[in-house]
Amino acid sequence: MQSLSSIRKKENGLGWLFAAPAILGFVIFVLGPMIASLWFSLTDYKVASQAHFIGLDNYVHLFDGTDQFFYKSLGVTFYYVFLSVPLQIIVAFFLAILLNQKVKGLAFFRTVFYLPTIVPLIASSMIWMWLFDPDLGLLNVVLRALHLPESQWIYSEGSVVPTLVLMSLWTVGGTMIIFLAGLQDIPRHYYEAIEIDGGNALHKLMYITIPLTSPTIFFNTIMGFIGGFQVFVQPYVMTQGGPNNSSLFYTFYLFREAFTFSNMGYACAIAWVLFIVVLVFTAFLFKTARKWVYYEGGGA
Amino acid sequence: MKKHGWSGSRVLLYTVLIVGSLFCMFPFYWLVRSSMMDLSQIFLIPPKWIPEPFVLENFFQPFEELSFGRYFVNTFIVVAGTLAGVLLSSTISAYSFARMRWKGRDKVFALLLSSMMLPFAVTLIPSFIGWQALGMVNSYVPLVLPSFFGGGVFNIFLLRQFYMTLPRELDEAVFVDGGNHFTIFTRIILPLSRSAILVIGLFTFLNTWNDFMGPLVYLNDESKFTLAIGLQQFQGIYSAQWGVLMAASLIVVLPAIILFAIGQKYFMEGIALTGIKG
Repeated sequence: MQSLSSIRKKENGLGWLFAAPAILGFVIFVLGPMIASLWFSLTDYKVASQAHFIGLDNYVHLFDGTDQFFYKSLGVTFYYVFLSVPLQIIVAFFLAILLNQKVKGLAFFRTVFYLPTIVPLIASSMIWMWLFDPDLGLLNVVLRALHLPESQWIYSEGSVVPTLVLMSLWTVGGTMIIFLAGLQDIPRHYYEAIEIDGGNALHKLMYITIPLTSPTIFFNTIMGFIGGFQVFVQPYVMTQGGPNNSSLFYTFYLFREAFTFSNMGYACAIAWVLFIVVLVFTAFLFKTARKWVYYEGGGA
Repeated sequence: MKKHGWSGSRVLLYTVLIVGSLFCMFPFYWLVRSSMMDLSQIFLIPPKWIPEPFVLENFFQPFEELSFGRYFVNTFIVVAGTLAGVLLSSTISAYSFARMRWKGRDKVFALLLSSMMLPFAVTLIPSFIGWQALGMVNSYVPLVLPSFFGGGVFNIFLLRQFYMTLPRELDEAVFVDGGNHFTIFTRIILPLSRSAILVIGLFTFLNTWNDFMGPLVYLNDESKFTLAIGLQQFQGIYSAQWGVLMAASLIVVLPAIILFAIGQKYFMEGIALTGIKG
């Protein structure tokens, strides 16, 4: 058909035109800033004065140990990420499996578990601060009443990160819903086949559920890591990085350098280190994914 | 197959679900309860479960002593602008990626998708420097304008997934009738994807409502603050007045909850729609 093929030909230009907002947005708000950020990271730009090219000095300064906050914040962030992400994945997966059974009030439970994820982080930070208050907060009041040892929660160096991990479990519902969507795609007859072969619940989990949801596990793990590395609001609002920098999360440290101390060039270098850490992590996950992520279409 | 009686595993199942629900709902309850207590009640030990009497005073303070009314208006301006931008640009761009054939399309789309993994910190500082150079800091432009450029990769991804489920024959029929892509987009695709667009609207509303980092970086004048930033300032002033702080938090939370209650069905559909299978 003449007309159809001419329409298809026109699509080349028209396609770009329709996609133009997204492509322009990528160039202006992603690619451009990335290049600018890389450039600034090689300068001593401090807003008040002109930027001077200083080569890799910012990076050298970060790694040579003179900036103890860099290593501190990396440590805090890694601690948080490696504690919270596996916990979140396991809890969310486990809850999703429970909700994938024939449960009465399924819609109710789903809603209840999902609800905390829509609360603005600033508001949930306030609510949890009140619950964590060492003197009058409910958690310690209950512990006291039960004659259990109290905790200083976010107010002591040792407990602040685990406390924030506990708080992060409150919003596990978003991850859970994605798992649930993945679980509901598994054909029932796979489980029936295992039952016929005399398999038990553990067999179902190991041979059906986990392999068939492995792409979802993979997705949630990657998203969990990327989100975890960028935690900002909770330390900013709840602890200001304290006590004694024990909750100096990486993005909070970066924010402070950029917007409190106006060390823009230096902050860009900090951002690039984060980018590379995230990149190495996702690359590592993608590489191992070939071994454990199962795609029904074959090939990862 | 077994018939379900109240076997041990069933009891365990419901126990875990109920304990989990309590963990999820309890902070909400404590928020509401504390917001209606005055200082003499809130610090009682053992704690009271129900306010007695109910005090509504806490809810007036944010409006009287800080301009929460103004923050509401400001937040709505930002939300409305962002919604307009997202809905206009993501629907069009997703159409191109889902239903038009052009050279490099899939590569461009993959590039866009990969930017989802980019930490926001990498673009934050140069973007700020750029907006500052343009004299736009302390205005809503940096918060709203980017949404007109594609409206976010995730939204495009979600819409594209949905558009691809609509039958191709519809397009061919329009072409035969002498229509073009614009006709297909406005007359067929948009009306048919109303629910997907609603999902995006809901998520956009919530994300903008909840955004803290953007307003924190770009807004300096108190008169321009959004609710999220206003609430944070409130915390600085009333650091130990938990009743007032909880009332103010509830004011910020409530619109999100109401919206969720109204659009619940679409939220759940939206998550299923993304069909994340790798």
